[in-house]
Amino acid sequence: MNTQADTLAVAPATTQTRMASGSRKKRWGASDWIYAATVLFLFLPLFVLFFYSFNSSKGGTWTGFSTVWYEKLIFSSPALWKAVANSLIIALGSASAATLLGGLAAVGTSRYRFRLRGVVKSLSFMPMLFPEIVVGVSLLVFFAGVGLKLGMLSIFIAHTTFNLPFVYLLVDARLEEFDSSVIEAARDLGADEFQTLVRVILPMAMPGIASGFLTAVTLSLEDFVITFFVSGPGSTTLPLYIYSAIRFGVSPVINALSAVMVALTIALVYPLRNFLKAFAARA
Amino acid sequence: MKRNYGPLYAGPQALWLAVFFAAPLVIIVAYSFMRRGLYGGVAPGFSLEAYRELANPNLAAVAFRTLWVSAVATAITLLIALPCGYSIARSRNQPLRLFLVIVPFWTNFLVRIYAWISILGNEGFLNDFLRALGLGNGLQFLYNQGAVILVLVYMYLPYAILPLFSSIDKFDFTLLEAARDLGASRMESLRLVMLPNIRGGIVTSLLFTFIPIFGAYAIPLLVGGKDSYMLGNVIADQVTKTRNWPLAASISMTVTFITGLAAILYLARSRRTAPAAQAPLAAQAAHEGRDSRRPGDSRRPGAKGGARGAAGKAAEAAA
Repeated sequence: MNTQADTLAVAPATTQTRMASGSRKKRWGASDWIYAATVLFLFLPLFVLFFYSFNSSKGGTWTGFSTVWYEKLIFSSPALWKAVANSLIIALGSASAATLLGGLAAVGTSRYRFRLRGVVKSLSFMPMLFPEIVVGVSLLVFFAGVGLKLGMLSIFIAHTTFNLPFVYLLVDARLEEFDSSVIEAARDLGADEFQTLVRVILPMAMPGIASGFLTAVTLSLEDFVITFFVSGPGSTTLPLYIYSAIRFGVSPVINALSAVMVALTIALVYPLRNFLKAFAARA
Repeated sequence: MKRNYGPLYAGPQALWLAVFFAAPLVIIVAYSFMRRGLYGGVAPGFSLEAYRELANPNLAAVAFRTLWVSAVATAITLLIALPCGYSIARSRNQPLRLFLVIVPFWTNFLVRIYAWISILGNEGFLNDFLRALGLGNGLQFLYNQGAVILVLVYMYLPYAILPLFSSIDKFDFTLLEAARDLGASRMESLRLVMLPNIRGGIVTSLLFTFIPIFGAYAIPLLVGGKDSYMLGNVIADQVTKTRNWPLAASISMTVTFITGLAAILYLARSRRTAPAAQAPLAAQAAHEGRDSRRPGDSRRPGAKGGARGAAGKAAEAAA
C-alpha cells in the first residue's frame, strides 16, 4: 500500500520537529523537579535497607559497620534458601506453562476466526481485571471443593492462571505488529501448519514470547496475596517467608537479603536499558 | 484450502481459564447465595443472608473507608505521576529516567513493604533521625491510615507513571506550540490541548492504581492499624479465621462489582472518545498496513482494543 511509503516519507520530518522542540527544552522545569523528588521517594526505602544491612546491631541505631547479617544469610538460613528454591521452581514452571498456553492461544485468535473467538479473547484478559484477593479466595475455595491439597501444585496452578493474560496480551500485541502476508507466503510455498508455526511464526513472535515469559517470571516471584491463600505446609515461597519474618519483627538478615535482591534487580534491569529505549521509541 | 486451527490453538488456554478462573468465580457467586455451614464451609440451599450481612454498620464503615482510602491514594498517585510522566517524555534521556522508575517497581513487593516498616517503625530510620536532631522520641508513624496511604502511593506510582509516560510521549508537542502561538497561556495550553489528548493514558493509570488498591490486602495488614482495616482484610479474615464463606463470597462479589464498574466505565469512556483518542492508533495501524491484512475482519481500533493495547503496554513496561 502506498500509505506506507507516505508515512515513511513523513516520519523523519516529524522526528526532526520533535527533536527540535526537545532540544529547546534545556532548562529544568517544575515537572523535572517533581520527577527528581519522586525518584528520591522511590529509592529512599531501598537506600535505608542497604544502609541497615551493614549495621552491626539488630536495632535501628547505627552501631558500626559489619557484614555479619550477610554471613548469616549465606551460612545459616536454610529455611530462607528453601523458600528461594520454591519461588524459583514455581516461577519458572508457571511462566513456562503460561507462555506455552498463552502463546498458542494468541496465535489462534490472531490468525483465525472461529466461533466463541470473542469469548476466548475476553476470557484471556479477564483475570487481570479482578482484584488479587478475589482470585486468591476463589481459588482457595475451589481447591477445597475439589479436594486438592494445598502446596506446590496449587501454587503452580494459581500462578499459571494469573500469568496467562500477560503472556497472551504480549504475544498477541507482537503478532498484530508483523505482516501476516509472510505467513500466507509460507503456506503458499508449501509449508504445513506445524512448519509455519515453528519456522515462521515462532521466530517472528519471539520478542513477544520472551517479554511474556519474563513478565510471568517476575509476577510469579512477586506475588504474595494469591500465594498466601493457596499455599500449604512446606510450600513457603520467598514473599511468604519475608511476610512471616515481618510478623516476627524486623530481622537484619532480611535487610541483607533485600539489599542483595535490590542489587540483583539493578544488575538485571540495567542491561535492559536498551530494551527500555526500544520500548520508549515504540511507545 | 487451509483448515481452521484456531480452536486447536486457543483451546488449551480457554480450558485452563474455564477450570481455574471461571469455575472458582462461579463457586464464589454460588456460595454468596448460601447459608453458612455449621463447621465453616456452606450449607446447601438458597439464602440472601450473606448479602443482608453486608448492611451491618461495621462492614459498611469498612466499605466506605476502603472507598475513601482508595480514592485518596489514587488521587495522590495520579497527581504525582502526571508531571513525572511528562518529565520522562520530555527528557532527552528517556531510558535513564524510565530505568529509575522501573528499578523500585521491580524490587520485590514484600521487600518494599518491609523497607517502609524499617523506616517508619518505632525503632526505625525516621525516629532515629528525629531523635538525633532532638525532635521527638519514638513517634508512632506506623499502623495507621496515613502509613497505609503512603505505602499504597509508593507501591502504585510506577503503575501510574508508565502509561502516562507512553501517552504523553505519543502526544504531538507542536500542538502545544500552536496553542501558545494562538495566545493560550502555558497552563491553558497544557489543560486544554494536552490533557484531552492524553485522556487514554490518564484513565489507564487511574484503573491500574484504583483496582489493585481497592482490593488491597497485604499493605493494610502489615502497615495499617484498626483505622485502616480494608475490605480485602475482611475477606481474608472471613475465609481463614471466622470461616464464614458466604460472607467472604458476598464481600468478594461487592469488591469485584465496584472494580468491574470502574473497568466498564473505562471501556465505555474509551469507546466514546475513540475517534479523538484513538486517532494515533488508527494512523499507526494504517502505517503498518494492518487494516489491509485481513479482509473480513472488522476490527475497530476502539474500545476493547484500546484497553488491551494499554494493558499490554503496561505489561510490557513491567517486563
